[in-house]
Order: sequence, then C-alpha cells, then structure tokens
Amino acid sequence: MFEKDVLEKIRQGKQKYEEKLANLVQKRPERQEEFITDAGIPVDTLYTPQDIDHLDYEKDLGFPGEYPFTRGVQPNMYRGRLWTMRQYAGFGTAEETNKRFRYLLEQGQTGLSVAFDLPTQIGYDSDHPLSAGEVGKVGVAIDSLWDMETLFDQIPLDKVSTSMTINSPAAILLAMYIAVAEKQGVAQSQLKGTIQNDIIKEYIARGTYIFPPEQSMRLITDIFAYCAKNIPSWNTISISGYHIREAGSTAVQEVAFTLANGIAYVQAAIDAGLDVDEFAPRLSFFFNAHLNFFEEVAKFRAARRLWARIMKERFGAKNPRSMMLRFHTQTAGCTLTAQQPDVNIMRVAYQALSAVLGGTQSLHTNSRDEALALPSDSSVLIALRTQQVIGYEIGVTDTVDPLGGSYFVEYLTDQIEKRATEYIQKIDDLGGAPKAIEFMQKEIQDSAYKYQQEIESGKKVVIGVNKFKLETERPKDLLRVDPEVGKRQEAKLVKLRAERDNEKVQKVLKDIEQAAGTKENLMPYFIEAVKSYATLGEICGVLRKVFGEYQQQIVF
Amino acid sequence: MSEKPIRVLVAKPGLDGHDRGAKVIAQALRDAGMEVIYTGLRQTPEQIVGAALQEDVDVVALSCLSGAHMHLFPAVVEGLRKQNAGDILVLGGGIISDEDISVLKEKGIAEIFGPGTNTKEVIDYIKEKIGKK
Repeated sequence: MFEKDVLEKIRQGKQKYEEKLANLVQKRPERQEEFITDAGIPVDTLYTPQDIDHLDYEKDLGFPGEYPFTRGVQPNMYRGRLWTMRQYAGFGTAEETNKRFRYLLEQGQTGLSVAFDLPTQIGYDSDHPLSAGEVGKVGVAIDSLWDMETLFDQIPLDKVSTSMTINSPAAILLAMYIAVAEKQGVAQSQLKGTIQNDIIKEYIARGTYIFPPEQSMRLITDIFAYCAKNIPSWNTISISGYHIREAGSTAVQEVAFTLANGIAYVQAAIDAGLDVDEFAPRLSFFFNAHLNFFEEVAKFRAARRLWARIMKERFGAKNPRSMMLRFHTQTAGCTLTAQQPDVNIMRVAYQALSAVLGGTQSLHTNSRDEALALPSDSSVLIALRTQQVIGYEIGVTDTVDPLGGSYFVEYLTDQIEKRATEYIQKIDDLGGAPKAIEFMQKEIQDSAYKYQQEIESGKKVVIGVNKFKLETERPKDLLRVDPEVGKRQEAKLVKLRAERDNEKVQKVLKDIEQAAGTKENLMPYFIEAVKSYATLGEICGVLRKVFGEYQQQIVF
Repeated sequence: MSEKPIRVLVAKPGLDGHDRGAKVIAQALRDAGMEVIYTGLRQTPEQIVGAALQEDVDVVALSCLSGAHMHLFPAVVEGLRKQNAGDILVLGGGIISDEDISVLKEKGIAEIFGPGTNTKEVIDYIKEKIGKK
C-alpha cells in the first residue's frame, strides 16, 4: 500500500526506534513478558506501514458497500441509519413477554428478538414430562398459535422486524408468525425478520437439537426455498458464532467455525437444487462481542472479507448481495461477573462499541445482572441506553469504518482471516462442518479450559473475580420467573385441546407425516397445521417419528 | 499413592445446553487426580441416579443454567436416597439465586458453586468432604 522509498525510510526509522526501545525495556521491564490477544495472536509494541504493506487497498479493503466489504456492507453505514437496537427478551408466559416487548418498543428499541423457553426450542409442549421445571424459564413458552397470537398482541408485524432464536423447530415457529400476521391483515410478503435456524452450531455448542443432521438440513433448505418465493425480506438463517464463542472458543475459532457452518448450508442448498444467488442474499450471521477490543473489531472486518471471498470464489456467486456478510451482535454473556455486577455495564459498553466499530447491522447489549438472573426491567433499560449513547452521543457513527487503516487493526484483520482460513481448510479436509462437529467441540473445549486456567493463574484479569475483589451484597431487584407458569401453560393446553377441531388436527398431522417422508417442501403443511392449532409438541412428535432423533457424541 | 481415587459424575440434568462450565469442572477435577465421568446433555434425574450407581461414584456434580435447578437438583438427591445411596455427595453449579441456594441446601445439595468460582475451590471442597468420610 506504500511507496518503496517511503517504506525504506520507515524501516530505518523503526530500526532506530527499536534500539532505543530495547535499552528502555532493559532498564525498566514491561508489565508483561509477552502481550497477546485472546486468540493468541502476538501483539507488538508498535505497528507501522511495514506490517500492512502486503495489503492491496482495492483488493483487500475496497470501499464500503463493495466487494470484499471489509469496510462495511453499506456505502454510508450509520450515517444513513443506525443499527437495529434489538434486545433479546422472553420469559414466563406470552402475556408477560408481550408486556416486556411493548415496554422495550416504547423505550426506543427498533426491533424485537424473541427468547423461547427450552421446551419450545426442543419441540416439547409445556405438559411433556421433560418440560418439568423448564417452562417459561429461559424464554417464553409457546405451545400453539394461541400463545403466538398473545405474544404479538398489539404489535404491528408490518412495522416491526422480529428475530426469533429458534433452530430445530424454526420452520414451525415461522409458520406461526406467518399465521399471526395473516390474522393482523399483514401479508407474509411484507414480513421482516430472522429465524436463527442454524442447527450445526446446536450440535457443536448450544444443544437444542432434535433431529439428525440430514433431516435438519432438509428442513433448513425447505425454509430457504419457501422464503425465496414468499417472504423475500426474511433472513432465513442466522449463522451463529455467538454460542461457539460463549462455549469458549477464541475469536479466530468463532470466525472459522461459523463460516465453515455457513459453507455447509450453502452447499446443502445448492445440492437441493437451489440457485446460489436466489437464497444467499438472505443468509445472515450472528457474532459475539467479547473483551479484547481491537481483536473484536478486526474479527468482524475479517469475517466480512473472508465470507465475500468464499461466496465469490468457492460458490461462484454473481450477485454482490450474496457475498455480503450482514450480522447481528450480542455482547459476551460469559464475560459478565456475578461479583460487583454493576461493573458489567462498562464491559458491555466496550463490547458494544467494538461491534459498532466493526460495522454490525443489529445489536443486543447484555444486562448487568445476567450472571445472577434474567435481567430486570431497570437493568435492561441501562443496557438499551448504552447502545443509544454509542449511537447518538459519541460521534463514532459519523464516518464509515473509522478504524480502517489503523496499522494494528488492519494487521489483526489480516491475521484473523489467515488463521480462520487455515481452520476452514482443516474442516474441509474432515469432510465439512457436519462431519467435523466433534473436532470443533474439542477445539472449543481446549480453549475454554485454557481461558479458565489463565483466570486462575491471574494471567487474565477479571475485575472483581481475581483482582480488586470486594465483598458486595447481591442486588435485590432480580427478576424471578413465576414458578406457576408451567401450571398455567398446562391449563391452557387442556382448554386448547378441548376447544379446537381435533379431527382437523389429526388430519393435518397425518399430512405432515406423509409429506415428511417425501421430498416435498414442508412449509405449507406446517402453516396449515398451526392454523388448525396443532401444538408445537404434536408437530415435532410426528417429525420425531419420521426423522428420528440426534444422538450426541460425548466429547470429553 | 495407594489411595483409591475419588470418583465424580459430572451431569447435565434437564434440557439446558450450556456445558462449558460442566466440561471445565470435569477437566479440572480430572487434572486434580479424580476419576471423572461426564454424562453429556439432557439427562433426567433418573438417568443421573442410575449412572451414579452404576459408576459407583463418590460425588455427583450437577450443572444447570436454565433455571430448572429447583426441580432437577432435589430430584437427584431424592432418587439417590431411595436407592440407599444418600451418602453420595451432591454438588450444584449454575445461575442460582441466594434464596434458591438455601432451599437447595435444605433439600440435601451439599454446596452450590456460582459464576466466578475457582476450580481449586471445588477440588479442595470435594477432597475435604470425601476425605472426612
């Protein structure tokens, strides 16, 4: 990127600087023997044009909104519109969550993000024996369209975009969303939102799988095909590094494993006969914003560049939108401490800033009390206000990719891309992501253990945990999920089964059973079934019968 | 060392998929010389009791971050008692409030370790408790 003679002068200058530096360090040793990022990339005292000389501006950075999108996916980024402020929320019954949603929208939140409880995510009704104790705990309990109607009561689905963290049964929840919209008089073609729909990372790191890989991939490609025709603005998948990082991976592993999973989805869709430029523009991603600030900024930039290259070079995409990595970010839950919880506000703010400097399209900021409980109203408000301060007060949104061109950030971006590419090569050698699940799990687990050891040895500082400790009382206003929510859902199910047309339900379930055994797209069947108030558990029960269930390999 | 190593079952009851903590603890206990069996995800209390008996463990370490601990942890203790294995030390970890901790202790869970716990603390606790028996 630089003229030869300029570089030569810099080289000479750096040599002198390094001599002086060596003397200084000999007299006064530095704070640490070595400085490294979380991913283990060595960090030098100083970065100069020498470190990024091999980069070609046009080829490696380019202009925002243009290939390879290193500097951002839109030409003017946040000067046009800020990112979507989207707090993940859900607990108890649909009534309670609907209240929280409306509160967040009143406070200036610009999109919804639904947290479902574990029975919903794993396709069990609230009255299933395995649901005992779990109903309404980590999210809202949805058993049937009835709950979904309550969840979005008085929320106009033609105006709000909704993200749903749902994977194995994503198709069925999407069907319910379509049905609710229809009742509101909103055509499905108008709907905007995202379903997570990323099963591979469930096998790797998150755990809410139901069906085996092959059948799960079929459900995913059915959704791709259905949405391409009927819901053009819907993000059909959110390929997620978030949970991989939460499980303990490094930033490099997060990029590598997420994009390797992305490659598997694209390949599956192409194998199912879809045209890459028809579905790829609707793929979206989800990353973690962790603590190592510059590495995180570089990670987002590297992921964007690498994905663009993969789509163009590996899959021959022609439409630039197919090459654009658009992503949601959530701050790192695993970095929150139960000790001195207010300190988490600062952690979250820096993490959120890294996501904005990295060019995120939407953002969830975690609440200070999440290492203790689900967030209280007051904590969620501080978290949302944190985003608003970044967006409206501190000027970082006034120009595109403000850290682009930083010798250090460009160097890190390049390093992360290189190291992630090596990992992806390894996964390719193993036969692709679905065959490399155990490999990825082992890599993540090793990183998690190393991270913990570094905290325990004091090498990694965690304020309030291994340094600057203080005896403080736990906050008093923690959110407590009503323990009776399970009983209320059970009663609602009894009423539902008594009032609906059960003959119709039996018929739609039979239809799904038959279609599941063929290659037919299942989406229209799911829409028909949920409209008849067949429950999520009933529909998944039929699919379990036809598809079988995934058996976890224990890697330890 | 002629002493028999301490045997620990690390278990994930319920539907929760967060297994980072369980795996880190399992590995730390193993590195501390204990024999560790990890159940994997989605175990019912009955399955955990069965595994504890079959593996003849001294300790069952339960991890749950989904908020279902009040239902799941006591069910494991009760199950062990019914099988005359009430002497097995049952520990818990997760996002668990102070009020819940008191109730769980009354119901026979010996100790709860929350976020930020040093693995050495758990190792020392187990060694002390099992050594005493």
